Amino acid sequence: MGDNMCCCGSADVMDQKLQEIIERYKDTNGALIPVLHEAQELYGYLPMEVQMKISEGLGITLSEIYGVVTFYTQFSLKPKGKNRISVCLGTACYVKGANHILDKLKEKLGIEVGDCTEDGKFSLDACRCIGACGLAPVMMINDDVYGRLTPDEIEGIIEKYKNRQD
Amino acid sequence: MEMVNITIDDRKLQVPKNYTVLEAARYANIAIPTLCFLKDINEIGACRMCVVEVQGARSLQAACVFPVSEGLVISTKSPAVREARKVTLELILSNHDRKCLTCVRSRSCELQKLAEDLNIKDIRFEGEASKHPIDNFSPSIVRDPNKCVLCRRCVSMCKNVQGVGVIDTNERGFNTIVSSAFNKSLNSVPCTMCGQCIAVCPVGALKEKDDTDKVWEALSNKDLHVVVQTAPAVRVALGEEFGMPIGSRVTSNMIASLRRLGFKKVFDTDTAADLTIMEEGTELIDRLKNGGKLPLITSCSPGWIKFCEHNYPEFIDNLSSCKSPHEMFGAVLKSYYAEKEGIDPAKVFVVSIMPCTAKKYEAKRPELSSTGYPDVDVVLTTRELAKMIKEAAIDFTELPERHFDDPMGEATGAGVIFGATGGVMEAALRTVVEILEGKSFDKIEYNAVRGIDGIKEAVVEAGGYKIKAAVAHGLGNARKLLDRIKAGEAQYDFIEIMACPGGCVNGGGQPIQPSYVRSWVDLRSERAKAIYEEERDLPIRKSHENPRIQMLYKEYFGEPGSHKAHELLHTHYEQKEKYPEK
Repeated sequence: MGDNMCCCGSADVMDQKLQEIIERYKDTNGALIPVLHEAQELYGYLPMEVQMKISEGLGITLSEIYGVVTFYTQFSLKPKGKNRISVCLGTACYVKGANHILDKLKEKLGIEVGDCTEDGKFSLDACRCIGACGLAPVMMINDDVYGRLTPDEIEGIIEKYKNRQD
Repeated sequence: MEMVNITIDDRKLQVPKNYTVLEAARYANIAIPTLCFLKDINEIGACRMCVVEVQGARSLQAACVFPVSEGLVISTKSPAVREARKVTLELILSNHDRKCLTCVRSRSCELQKLAEDLNIKDIRFEGEASKHPIDNFSPSIVRDPNKCVLCRRCVSMCKNVQGVGVIDTNERGFNTIVSSAFNKSLNSVPCTMCGQCIAVCPVGALKEKDDTDKVWEALSNKDLHVVVQTAPAVRVALGEEFGMPIGSRVTSNMIASLRRLGFKKVFDTDTAADLTIMEEGTELIDRLKNGGKLPLITSCSPGWIKFCEHNYPEFIDNLSSCKSPHEMFGAVLKSYYAEKEGIDPAKVFVVSIMPCTAKKYEAKRPELSSTGYPDVDVVLTTRELAKMIKEAAIDFTELPERHFDDPMGEATGAGVIFGATGGVMEAALRTVVEILEGKSFDKIEYNAVRGIDGIKEAVVEAGGYKIKAAVAHGLGNARKLLDRIKAGEAQYDFIEIMACPGGCVNGGGQPIQPSYVRSWVDLRSERAKAIYEEERDLPIRKSHENPRIQMLYKEYFGEPGSHKAHELLHTHYEQKEKYPEK
């Protein structure tokens, strides 16, 4: 397991947990999406090896699974960071300059939307409305909400998380 | 059948209740343009080309999926309908590379025809266009997403008909692309190379790997002795490329064209099919008598072989060790023939004209080079041969009568029927039954294994054995059959499996018929009919009675299954990983 993966245990333990998830849904209709959800919770993302195990377990071709994974933005092919940053690009936030917030984050972290920093500390995503339009522009880091943001504030906020011990 | 009254374009008619608007319109001889529609294979109403106005409906409806009902009033040509179709088509064209002049499907392209039929004069939308790399790593199939119209016909064919499922619709919105998982090349996924995706593609997004240049080059190389062989299914389909009706028999024109192209000898793969029957028949009898692994499963179809190696490794020992007929022929040409003619086998260049794209892949399998050289050097599809004939400006319809060359010229009817589903089984039974019974029979037609039912069965008694036979065509049917055997629900002694629905006559390398033809005409039956006509005209119809084959064993191989035969005519298989690159 690399550092940048959500570590719920060793690889073997996680594989066993995945088999349990598959076993639980195996004989139900529409099993794929719930299995993908739980697998993503377990691993943090859905790499090829995980999709292949699901393919084998559910008897669904890898290409069909990949089609579903790439259709829904909820699913990720790339690992997520310890701190997950999510910038709202909903209408209100966008009008209030959320794109500048996003640009600043990209610049500071040196990554693109959907990616994770090399040290595994941050991943960056864009999302649609999170229901806090009164605070636009808004971003979330893990469960914390930051509103009425200006690009200048970004550096300070990131610093706070950089050295956080968990 | 229950009928309903409907009105289409002010015409009142009665149509069966289970019709769609598209079928009803067709019944009334009213053409509705379609793009994604392919009857029984892709009926998803996705492309919106077939929209019609339904009285009382809020919006335009897709005729291909809209069911008729009592009192339905439809307009197929109202201003709203014509405008909607045009805008839709313009939008599709705005994200299409439009390099028609150099496209392999120019003049057989359904998109091009639509643009012409709908009188598109200008494409008003010049926005962003997708740019994707072309996948040409597979030895058989080239995929160009820049020409793809996202109709999903290939996806449905691969997934639902063939049960292979190596391509799907990925990403979403403007980024939507038909591709393999993780954007892998078709060469690194469990693609069987059957080419059925090509056969249903309306545009040039899927095509065979073009190997005609290699053949032109060989033909102009004076040091090489370039010979060609043609599979049985080619002669009943090649004519379609020259505007002839489906099911035209063009054996003589094909041979004459190949002569004019400059091949030294034109051989008939059917002779090698007779050879296959001798070897495979012997293998079956041996397994029956000596408790060998049963069922014996035929190995002529390279798409089926690759499918088995990826998906059903537990059946690998059931596969006949016989090479496919054209590979056997290649090995014979580079050994027996080269010796007999006094030609260095290194200088013998074997070209196979096949109805098949998987044969291109098969020819590159390293184990198929018994003489130290590849058994077959280049495989061309029926379509590629047509391209060469056109490039050489040969008037295909006006040619003198010609016959296949000796020493492997004359084939039997048994070899000819290899081209249709059930043919290998029937040919094998003709020979096996007579060997087991030790006498000759007049009644040699096995109608139970003919026809287009997905899985066919027959029980044949001979020499004290009750041979339970089954035939499956189309890999989806093969999957059903094998799963039944695995579950212990069925048991057989001998099975024929062909990767393509209908067998080789409907192979992935055959002339492409557009959806508005193949939705309503059964290509499999029409071409198979021509195959059975072709065979009826032949004087000898049992492989073991072919004097050329008898001579070949006498002069060279000794007897079927001999050491030499095994060296040159047999091969082996191995389990293959589905996704070798992680």
